[in-house]
Amino acid sequence: MTLDLNFVLLTAMIVSAVWAVMTRSLLMSAVGLAVTSIILTMLMFNLGSPLAAVFELSVCAGLITVVFVSTISLTKPITRCELKEKTKNRIKRYWYLPVILVVLFVVLGFYMVYPEINFLGLYPSNDVRDVMWKLRTTDIMGQMIILLAGVFGVVVLFKERAKDDE
Amino acid sequence: MSLLFILIPLVSVIILNVGFKKAMSSFALWLGLLVTVVQAVFVIFNGNFDFNITISVLNFELDKLSLVLLLSIAIVAFSSLLVGFGTIKESKKMFNFVNLVLLSIVGMNGVVMVRDLFSLYVFLEITAVSSFILIASQEDEFAFEGSFKYLVLSAVATVMMLSSIAILMMYSGDTTFISVRDGVQGTNSFFILVAIILFIVGLFIKGGLVPFHGWLPDAYSSAPAGVSVLLAGIVTKTTGIYTMIRIVSEVFGFNETIKNIILLVGIVSIFVGALAALVQSDFKRMLAYSSISQVGYIILALGTGTELGIAGAVFHLFNHSIFKAQLFVNAAAVEKQTGTRDMDAMGGLSTVMPVTGWTSVIAFLSTAGIPPLSGFWSKLIIIIALWKVGHYGYASAAILGSLITLAYFLLMQRKVFFGKVKLPSVKEAGMSFLIPAVILAIITVGVGVFFPFLVNTIIIPVGKLF
Repeated sequence: MTLDLNFVLLTAMIVSAVWAVMTRSLLMSAVGLAVTSIILTMLMFNLGSPLAAVFELSVCAGLITVVFVSTISLTKPITRCELKEKTKNRIKRYWYLPVILVVLFVVLGFYMVYPEINFLGLYPSNDVRDVMWKLRTTDIMGQMIILLAGVFGVVVLFKERAKDDE
Repeated sequence: MSLLFILIPLVSVIILNVGFKKAMSSFALWLGLLVTVVQAVFVIFNGNFDFNITISVLNFELDKLSLVLLLSIAIVAFSSLLVGFGTIKESKKMFNFVNLVLLSIVGMNGVVMVRDLFSLYVFLEITAVSSFILIASQEDEFAFEGSFKYLVLSAVATVMMLSSIAILMMYSGDTTFISVRDGVQGTNSFFILVAIILFIVGLFIKGGLVPFHGWLPDAYSSAPAGVSVLLAGIVTKTTGIYTMIRIVSEVFGFNETIKNIILLVGIVSIFVGALAALVQSDFKRMLAYSSISQVGYIILALGTGTELGIAGAVFHLFNHSIFKAQLFVNAAAVEKQTGTRDMDAMGGLSTVMPVTGWTSVIAFLSTAGIPPLSGFWSKLIIIIALWKVGHYGYASAAILGSLITLAYFLLMQRKVFFGKVKLPSVKEAGMSFLIPAVILAIITVGVGVFFPFLVNTIIIPVGKLF
């Protein structure tokens, strides 16, 4: 079995994702999320969707990391006792993660060795602009409503707290 | 015309927020109530239950199943707005509540009208985001815990559904219901079965079925009163159960594995919900476990795979929204007037709160399946559908579950409404609790008594989905 570039990228992505979950400080987790997103961008580019890759990079590795880091900067820094508590039984708490990953690898390995043939939707066929604005107009409208709901939620939950502090 | 169901609540939210803040917040409630009444009127008077309208750019479609759901969304949202008005005192919080309820109505209307798997996911997310914020808007420790549990489990469900959509898209090239059905049905591939089971498990989590029901009692009981009515009455039903009925009957098709899984989860939910409800002492928590049990009935009917089964499932879904919303409205009224949710501290409330007591009796008799109320007819259809297919064991177990339902509700009624009066200084709840209670009770009794006129025009034709 030749070593496929996609396989290597998938492994790296999963390793960085697990690191983002298990690492000690919140800031390192946000950085881990950004690294996972960068590797996903490379994967998407390799599979033939450059525009999707650019969207992923700019939104997740760019915007979301900035939002997370600015939120983390507003929180209280963790004390030494709490840090010790948190990292005490890390291996015991997270032992199942590597087990699940090994199982998934085995399944993926079988799948790559014996691939099934008649997939209809495996390669991108339409222009991205056509797909986004003509085929998926309903979803674009739905996404705008989700943004509206999210912004409303942030205002509801956080603006009231400011009034409590007065 | 189907686009109006999305546009009217959305435009109301925009009007409420863009206009003059002070003038708008006092009339937010009336705008919200108007939107729900308009939706109900559209369904009742324009729904000849015979049309399929598509607008070329945005593809929403209406059929009989969507119309039944749209009607229940309108009725339950109306009750929820009134109950919220009765319990929330600050006008700013009431304004936020009305906006969030309108946004969740947009989401739910979208869920019942789309014909595409990915759009379904998008509108499910709209409903989910508004629900999280609604539960957390009370800002006490229990509300945050309930909202957080719901958020985490809902995120797991969403991930499962998305991976399933990705695998199905590989096999069919597109995500519309029609393309997926053509790509999926008739093939025996192992990966497609895995994708279908992933999707159904995600829907089980969203619908609060055993063993994925961990978030449901906390979310229902710790949410503020109006939000509990909305959540219990329609959000779980639309996002979990309607989606399952639509997807399993139209897209995946009924094969033996799926039917057996659904039947098993249904019967386990009935018993776990009923037995857990027997031992609760918190009023709303008991109603939450009762919801799990009744949703088990709906899933049991779906598992038969016949037209009669689907008709029974949809009818029981409608009835369940009505009588569960009724029970939560009464629970909100009782909590407001007595200040507690502990059933052992209450007693004999029916003498001081007569309307609440009697509407509660009607709702629980309908839940237990006593004629001539609507719950009896829907349970009868479910049990007949099970018997006709040959699942005699499941049908008998369902009847036994009905007896346990009667048991815990009788216990609740004796503890809360009848028996010795323990809190004599309690008065009847205000108009904002009585109006929805009376309306919902009239609907329960009306659907039950006029069932012979409705059965051939509306109820059985809904089952002919495919």
